[in-house]
Amino acid sequence: MTATDHSVGLGIPGLRTGTELVPALGEGETQSAKDFSSDQEVRWCPGCGDYAVLKAVQSFLPDLGLRRENIVFISGIGCSSRFPYYLDTYGMHSIHGRATAIASGLAIAREDLSTWVVTGDGDALSIGGNHLIHALRRNVNMTILLFNNRIYGLTKGQYSPTSEAGKITKSTPMGSVDHPFNPVSLALGAEATFVARTVDSDRKHLTAVLAAAAAHRGTSLVEIYQNCPIFNDGAFDDLKGADTKADAIIPLEHGQPIRFGVEGSKGLVRDTATGGVKVVEVGDGAGQTPVGELLVHDAHADDPTTAFAISRLTDAGVLHQSPIGIFRQVSRPTYDDQARAQVVTASEAVTGDASDRLASLIGGGDTWTVV
Amino acid sequence: MSKQVKQLDRVIIRFAGDSGDGMQLTGDRFTQESAVFGNDLVTLPNFPAEIRAPQGTIPGVSSFQVHFADHDILTAGDAPDVLVAMNPAALKANLGDLPKGATIIVDTHDFTARNLQKAGYDANPLDALGDAGSQLGEFAVQPVDLTGMTIEAVKEFGLSRKDAARAKNMFALGLLSWMYGRPTEPTEAFLAKRFAKVPAIRDANITAFKSGWNFGETTETFAVQYEIKPAPMAPGTYRNITGNLALSYGLVAAGVRSGLPVFLGSYPITPASDILHELSKHKAFGVTTFQAEDEIAGIGSALGASFAGQLGVTTTSGPGVALKTETIGLAVMTELPLLIVNVQRGGPSTGLPTKTEQADLLQAVFGRNGEAPVPVVAPQSPGDCFDAAVEAARIAITYRTPVFLLSDGYLANGSEPWRIPDVDDLPTIEPGFAEAPAVAEGETAPAFRPYERDEATLARPWAIPGTAGLEHRIGGLEKGDGHGNISYDPANHDHMVRTRQAKIDRIADSLPPLVVDDPSGEAKVLVLGWGSTYGPIGAGVRRVRKAGFNVAQVHLRHLNPFPNDLGEILRRYDKVLVPEMNLGQLSLLLRAKYLVDAQGYNQVRGLPLKAADLAQAIGELVAQAEGVAVDLTPTSSKETVQ
Ligand code: SF4
Repeated sequence: MTATDHSVGLGIPGLRTGTELVPALGEGETQSAKDFSSDQEVRWCPGCGDYAVLKAVQSFLPDLGLRRENIVFISGIGCSSRFPYYLDTYGMHSIHGRATAIASGLAIAREDLSTWVVTGDGDALSIGGNHLIHALRRNVNMTILLFNNRIYGLTKGQYSPTSEAGKITKSTPMGSVDHPFNPVSLALGAEATFVARTVDSDRKHLTAVLAAAAAHRGTSLVEIYQNCPIFNDGAFDDLKGADTKADAIIPLEHGQPIRFGVEGSKGLVRDTATGGVKVVEVGDGAGQTPVGELLVHDAHADDPTTAFAISRLTDAGVLHQSPIGIFRQVSRPTYDDQARAQVVTASEAVTGDASDRLASLIGGGDTWTVV
Repeated sequence: MSKQVKQLDRVIIRFAGDSGDGMQLTGDRFTQESAVFGNDLVTLPNFPAEIRAPQGTIPGVSSFQVHFADHDILTAGDAPDVLVAMNPAALKANLGDLPKGATIIVDTHDFTARNLQKAGYDANPLDALGDAGSQLGEFAVQPVDLTGMTIEAVKEFGLSRKDAARAKNMFALGLLSWMYGRPTEPTEAFLAKRFAKVPAIRDANITAFKSGWNFGETTETFAVQYEIKPAPMAPGTYRNITGNLALSYGLVAAGVRSGLPVFLGSYPITPASDILHELSKHKAFGVTTFQAEDEIAGIGSALGASFAGQLGVTTTSGPGVALKTETIGLAVMTELPLLIVNVQRGGPSTGLPTKTEQADLLQAVFGRNGEAPVPVVAPQSPGDCFDAAVEAARIAITYRTPVFLLSDGYLANGSEPWRIPDVDDLPTIEPGFAEAPAVAEGETAPAFRPYERDEATLARPWAIPGTAGLEHRIGGLEKGDGHGNISYDPANHDHMVRTRQAKIDRIADSLPPLVVDDPSGEAKVLVLGWGSTYGPIGAGVRRVRKAGFNVAQVHLRHLNPFPNDLGEILRRYDKVLVPEMNLGQLSLLLRAKYLVDAQGYNQVRGLPLKAADLAQAIGELVAQAEGVAVDLTPTSSKETVQ
């Protein structure tokens, strides 16, 4: 199979720049989801949202049209971090919080690899928060899949840095007094060039976002809302329920007015009072806003202010409302391209073989000879 | 005026001044001049952790000691023969280290009431010179207005008084260069290059330097010029080199000799940062330097690069190692090559950032959760950092393992003449990446087994991404033998723990026999050391031998695993002394492994051990072992030894 166009409903064309230096399949070569499935038994709890994401990734990877041996998945620690074991690519299940740091080294070292990070809300935002923000600002060419189940699953149910305040868990019997992170707001504040959010159960949307993330050259952060039926069941139910979904999901499409609710009854406009954005009723009646005055989503805006304002519409508490889609996608030179370019520039400026150059390096400075 | 010329076999000079006085540069230039002249030498820079501690105070004193000789020497010297003190604080801070009769050259200019007070002097000690009971009475003090003469000498260049005064260190250097007959061309060339963009400063510095020289030659204050002949050295081309520079070159060489690009992931930390600075200049060798957000990302990125097929390196000091520990464990489990360079400094915690210590040995050997053996290699002198780096890379690549390279602050900043090796004589290192097996038409390749081991080394294959057919997953969870998939099987875990240990133990089979320095073959006492104590131990041993006694010396490069013949060597001697700049970490290991009564000689003062103290300690042990009284006066009376 050759590359498939996944640019559905996101408004972002599937530019392949993120993987353009990665060797592609040869003429006539094909890959299927099966090629990407390892022989290891998948061991998540029944009903875990991770299954859906794994399936989606396994069937999406062949569409990239890249050589399987040039794809690397690096994960940290947590339920979702078992991911690499189930994919028949190169992979490393590393240590808690450090996947982004390890992947940074890998991505800088090798331009011919498609580098993926699989992490969770605890892994990326708590113990690995520092590495995440620095990877984002550097813009190392890799795609980070942040599985957010708003709980610690692997350690059996403590609250996480994305859990709502007041959450009753094993470690917070009287309710958590921690204020949560909004991963999208955090990424935008960390100078990220690609920030998106999707949901485990919406395979089509998930796949489209993955395609855009892989296509982006730089660090792509994809927050995936992932249900943990064991320790935080139903955390995203409003986004999935047939009668709640329309009001809960604010879909973002580049170039389109931001509109949601049953029959598009709601939309976003700038809030001049706060400098943010607010939800309004759409229509031509009194107290309503005509469609033409709604905020048009611009994912490519240089200034992340509006994207940030939109990200703030995500409920910090129990989730009843959340924007989904690509918040931001802008081009900025990547760290790894620039770092490699410096090595190339320096190497092109010298002549002679490495051994001779080594001899003149160590033999430089003030020397004297004893006979 | 013709001056008297006196022959000396060795001299120890210490330049001391305020942090802003340029003492490190002055010392470094004097060292380069001496190196080019052909003396053997060893240096000891000593500076505060603060970049600019309050001016004129004792904590702000920076010094540089250089020991140079007409024979082979091993240490920077216990006590300076000459102190150059640029201000009252420098005089006060260093006076206690001077032996009776030492020469002190003081810049009188800075002996103002305010500076005297800052240094804690009630009265100007220079005023009492010549009085009975003067605190400087035991010394030959030469008060000179170095600053005043500098300002006078450079006034034609129109510099501000402050800028003019800043050239005083070059005046002092010129004076000392005259006193010891150093060649002046290298310094003049150096100054011309360094200040090429600011001609007035360049000319002022060169003029100050020459004026200092001329002052020595013309003034009657300095009646004697000293001559220290070049030292006989093995044939070869030499340069003076610091440990951090040699270590950096060693890493570049390891890349060239293995054909692997070097990837340094590092976070700045004293005293290791110079390695990051140096390697960042060598991109033309395919070296990538990544200044990470923290110590953990430094090693994490290096491990990622190793997984990708490069030579991953991280450089740090003790506090950084503490942070990297978990990733080192991951490298043990994933069995990937990785170098961890620890330029040790005084600890615990932030400790003494600019001072030296050897107290991270046990951290390197044991400091991880679980059974996580890591090879440990230590250089013994600044120049030796080069070879030690190449050796550490050889072990890491050959055995697919993280390796500790334990340098220290003394080696890092200290320098010595280094015989430049022939690149072709350096070891060749074979990365030996795994290749996909050839598969006949119509057949399917057998599943790749990432934990199948080489019979000789027990190393696993290094299969790098991009190699079709070798796709595999590694990680921190226990691996099943051979196939490498997750395994919680008790017997497998026991087997893997033992196999990882056995792999590291196998490294000993690749090591050359230890060099036992026991000239008489009759010594009953063995002195065993590791790392930068090589110089002081060697000097101490020489003193004991010069006094007519037998003593053997062995110095370890490999601290884990120990060389195969170490146990047998230890048992040959009645007494074993282990000098260390810690509270006995190597002794502990030796006692545990070989059941020998290794005795420690331990100091943790942030400074190198002193040869004289060591000679004393060795002498006492020799006395016990041989049942004789030990007098350390050299048998061939007048000879000075170092
Ligand atoms: S604990 Fe939750 S997140 Fe973890 S595997 Fe089970 S269902 Fe999935």
